Amino acid sequence: MEATIEVAGLRKRFGSTLALDGMTFTVAPGQVTGFVGPNGAGKSTTMRVILGLDAPEEGTALVGGRPYRTLKHPLSHVGSLLDAAALQPSRSARNHLLWLAHSQGLTAKRVDEVVDQAGLRSAIRRKAGGYSLGMRQRLGIAAAMLADPPMLMLDEPFNGLDPEGIVWMRGYLRSLAGQGRAILVSSHLMSELQDTADHLVVAGHGKVIADAAVADLIAAASADRITLRTIARTEATTMLAHSGATVAATGPDVLTISGISAERTVALLTANAIPFSEVSAHRASLEEAYMELTRDAVDFRAAAS
Amino acid sequence: MAATIAPYRPRVQPRRAGFAQLLHAEWTKLRTVRGWIIGLLLVPVMTAGFGTLISSGSECGYMYPGANGQLVSGPCSAPVGPGGEVVQDQFYFVHQALAGNGSITARVTSLTSSNPQPWAKAGIIVKAAAGARGDGSPRSEAVPGSAYAAMLVTGSHGVRMQWNFTGDTAGLPGDVSAASPRWLRLVRSGDTVTGYDSADGSHWTRVGTVSLAGFPATAQIGLLATIPPPRDQGHIAAGQELTATGTFDHVGVAGAAGGSWQGTGLGGPPGPGKNADGFQRTATGFTVTGNGDIAPDVGEKTISDTLDGLFAGLIVAIVIGAMFVTAEYRRGLIRVTLAASQGRGRVLAAKAIVVGLATFVAALAGCVISVPIGEHLLRSHGNVVDPVPALTWLRVVAGTAAVIAVIAMLAVAFGAIFRRGAGAVTSAIVIVVVPWFLAVSSPALPVTVSDWLLRVSPSAALAIQQTIPQYPQVAGDYGPNGGFYPLVPLAGFAVLCAWVAAALWLAVRLLRRRDA
Repeated sequence: MEATIEVAGLRKRFGSTLALDGMTFTVAPGQVTGFVGPNGAGKSTTMRVILGLDAPEEGTALVGGRPYRTLKHPLSHVGSLLDAAALQPSRSARNHLLWLAHSQGLTAKRVDEVVDQAGLRSAIRRKAGGYSLGMRQRLGIAAAMLADPPMLMLDEPFNGLDPEGIVWMRGYLRSLAGQGRAILVSSHLMSELQDTADHLVVAGHGKVIADAAVADLIAAASADRITLRTIARTEATTMLAHSGATVAATGPDVLTISGISAERTVALLTANAIPFSEVSAHRASLEEAYMELTRDAVDFRAAAS
Repeated sequence: MAATIAPYRPRVQPRRAGFAQLLHAEWTKLRTVRGWIIGLLLVPVMTAGFGTLISSGSECGYMYPGANGQLVSGPCSAPVGPGGEVVQDQFYFVHQALAGNGSITARVTSLTSSNPQPWAKAGIIVKAAAGARGDGSPRSEAVPGSAYAAMLVTGSHGVRMQWNFTGDTAGLPGDVSAASPRWLRLVRSGDTVTGYDSADGSHWTRVGTVSLAGFPATAQIGLLATIPPPRDQGHIAAGQELTATGTFDHVGVAGAAGGSWQGTGLGGPPGPGKNADGFQRTATGFTVTGNGDIAPDVGEKTISDTLDGLFAGLIVAIVIGAMFVTAEYRRGLIRVTLAASQGRGRVLAAKAIVVGLATFVAALAGCVISVPIGEHLLRSHGNVVDPVPALTWLRVVAGTAAVIAVIAMLAVAFGAIFRRGAGAVTSAIVIVVVPWFLAVSSPALPVTVSDWLLRVSPSAALAIQQTIPQYPQVAGDYGPNGGFYPLVPLAGFAVLCAWVAAALWLAVRLLRRRDA
């Protein structure tokens, strides 16, 4: 079985709202695919369609080449966490995992394994209603991992995690991807996926805006840009702009320059006796890459209308 | 770079994830929420609690002036017939002993009453050991409810052969009069008694032959008259003036009969007796005047009267059934449930079965507690409780628990249809409880409407509690108040099951069609 999640041409309407408008992408095994986009972009709807919970009007969603609803042992194929709050508050966290395990013919022994992996051992007998959002996220991950699935789909798993939890989640997802699993993680905050996602599917208004490897996106966003650190920001800006560069102030003493090379920048600064402490090739953050992408999308929409 | 990594091979092998696993999962869900367990415990507590409360509120007794002018009171009582059911064995009997085989013949020329009733009776009877009541002397009924066979002229049901309270066969039709008299004959041979009738005394027709198990060698043989009270009058009160009078002639006894005729007022509540009852010799025979009935007693308490707490338990079971589904919708947990299993219909079926079994066990406990306590309370308050055979007891007790369980399953279906607790609970109560209360407690409702409600609504299932059959030959209050339903027990239960099946079908359809 190929552990790949594929969605193709999904279209779905909720009343007058077009929730999905031709959503198409593939989640490959062995990497973490970030699924990003603003709230309302159709990320959660897409995940529900993949799990066979919502029916699309058009298009197909396949996991390992088959529709989810035809899977005999669904949790052995895809583990999912759609909503960390989907719990009976008066049931203990362990019993929540236990009924799920029983539905798959698994025993309490497997429950204890995933509880340990999720770092919940000490709190597992407590009522799930008393869990913080961060603990519920861990519980949701444990539930998704019960049947040891080769595909994993998590909706906003970083929500409510404390810094230590975020570090744990990143490491855990990376290690799961490293085992060859296909992992789809949605987020509306790019920074959460920094150093986690290998691949990015950017969604907006029910369709895919960008679908690329994170390395390529960052390279594209960083292309030809130079970071200049100087105390004489105004002089530098005026001089470099006159020399044909595009200059943007990105900090109190930081300028981002494009249109001229680093060597020429250093030569010009030296020739004009403008002090500087650093000239370096700019490396964009994932957030910047994302903003770049979505800005283009916004521009495109504005132009089209 | 990432593409070079080999796809993951799971370490945990896929286990069976069939229907049994689904049932196991739903059972785990049910037992791990304290609220459900408390609810399940409430089912028997409410069923037995309300049942015994209602039982303890029912009194039965009589009161009459005794010999020395003081009021004498006592509990209601009723004899038990050869078939084990409580019976009425009250009539005026003009009799003599018959040893061994023999026969009695008589012609009835009239049956009159101040208030004629269709099942007024005058005729001949052969009865196992009947006690005698001398004037003023204490009553001694050695064998109340003893075996008998009789040939009877009735108010408006023609000639009947009746035996052992429940047996009834029609003979000559038409009313009796001087112009159209009826000849009746009973022939006893061992344990069998054969009845004949005739319009002219020379052409006889055999009406029936019955076997009276263990009939004693010496029986009482003679004439009787009796009349049941009008249907709306309920219990037969002491000193009641309603009587029927039969006129007999051509009375003849063949066999080893013992001398003279004597009259006995049999049965009925103890007391100074019924002044109008008695017999008179006429030039050609007798007139016999009596009241009461010789028939199964369909007006007494039954074990179903101890199970009125059903409705309290039922409402708890409805809440459990509905919330077992709607709580998952409220939390979004239904998505986890559906994503974990193949087939939405199977998920709902598993939920319904688990809720059904759990509420059945809980309700069964409630019924098993409720019946003996209720019976004890009823009897200690002077009521007569009709004893029932073990199988009937089991049917009523297990059937009542099953009704609660199946209605809880209905609530599961409603939970999936409405997806909101309030809507599901309300509609389940409306569809189950309201028709029953309308049919039973609404005096304004025409009988045909209440009868119809008890045939087609889910409350038809209450027929499972009926212990006494509806006898065509017995005038009685056969309404749901008296524990009588228009459908036979299993048919009534099947009507409820049909409702549940339809609701589950609709729920599964909606569940499959709707986004979760």
